[in-house]
Amino acid sequence: MIWRLKVDTQHNRPSPSKFWNWFNPVGRQTSGWAFMLQRVTALGLTFYLFLHLIILGQLANGPQGYDSFIALVSSPVWIAGELLVVAAAFLHGLNGIRIILTTFGVSVTRQKQLFYILMVLALIIIVIFGIHMFTA
Amino acid sequence: MSEKWNIILKVLRQKQGETSHFDEYKMDADPDEYVLDVVERVWAFKDRTVCFRHACHHSTCGACGMRVNDAEKLTCITYIREVTRDGGTLKVEPLRNFPVVSDLVVDMGSLYRRLEAVGARSVLPAPEAEIEKPPSRWSSDDEQYIRLADCIECGLCISACPAAATSSDYLGPAVLAGAQANGLKLNPELLNMVDSEDGVWRCHSAFECTAVCPSFVDPARRIMDLRTQIFKERVGGLFRKA
Repeated sequence: MIWRLKVDTQHNRPSPSKFWNWFNPVGRQTSGWAFMLQRVTALGLTFYLFLHLIILGQLANGPQGYDSFIALVSSPVWIAGELLVVAAAFLHGLNGIRIILTTFGVSVTRQKQLFYILMVLALIIIVIFGIHMFTA
Repeated sequence: MSEKWNIILKVLRQKQGETSHFDEYKMDADPDEYVLDVVERVWAFKDRTVCFRHACHHSTCGACGMRVNDAEKLTCITYIREVTRDGGTLKVEPLRNFPVVSDLVVDMGSLYRRLEAVGARSVLPAPEAEIEKPPSRWSSDDEQYIRLADCIECGLCISACPAAATSSDYLGPAVLAGAQANGLKLNPELLNMVDSEDGVWRCHSAFECTAVCPSFVDPARRIMDLRTQIFKERVGGLFRKA
């Protein structure tokens, strides 16, 4: 009897719909976390861009719109949100510098250490911004 | 006397046309034996229908790659104590991004065909191989010596790569590493293949391939090196044409 093994061509194959796996932290190494961080911060900054345009659109409603805009952006919740934007920008930017450097062959074998150094730097900057934003 | 752990081995089962599910086996295991040994014992003493691949048992053939507790491992060199604990669970699944043939067996034909397409070599002349402390000068006699290539074609890098998960046309880390080992200068026909949407530029620098590679091939570094080679070739080409 000839026993033919059929390959299941659907299950387990690569597919664009599997981009959700990019955000699955299970089993990831440090570099995988860096990869996820880059995507999450990119999505956050894109979302912020649209939010920014919508909120700025309020200014077109005249003096009343301006007053409500100032009241909104002065609230601590809004300032915390702005700090998140600052955090996303620095995490994304500094991690991006690491990716550019490694792409051109710089520090490829030390990319993990480079990631840690840049993230500590990002954290320091975020804390400085936080202190400034909440105390100014 | 060796230590004994009680573990639960969860094996992902999938036969033709069936939905996948986990089968659980209570096992006694020595923490210093390998994951593959436990899978083999399940097959030998508990369930002869479990399908898995293995051959050499010493990380040379690359056949026994699996996902062990959600991470890609070459099971013949992965100690039980590295991946679970006494009373713990050991989950084994097939590699991702390859079609499942049966249970833990995947069809790796696409990887082998692509490796062939880029002319990846199983053995290299010694002077061309990357070795830790190469001599300052190779003598002409050294040309006669050959060395096994580091890549054992296990497919762990393809399974771990997030870019490979979303594109079936992506050449993948092992294949690009094979192309890099050949070098674009000596093999200019590879340039268009690797300098493409599904070549080195599909890599998103997750470095997961390097993290899981059991053979220290460092595919991510090789992909970055290929990018530099491509850049030099393309920029150099502009001047050559002028």
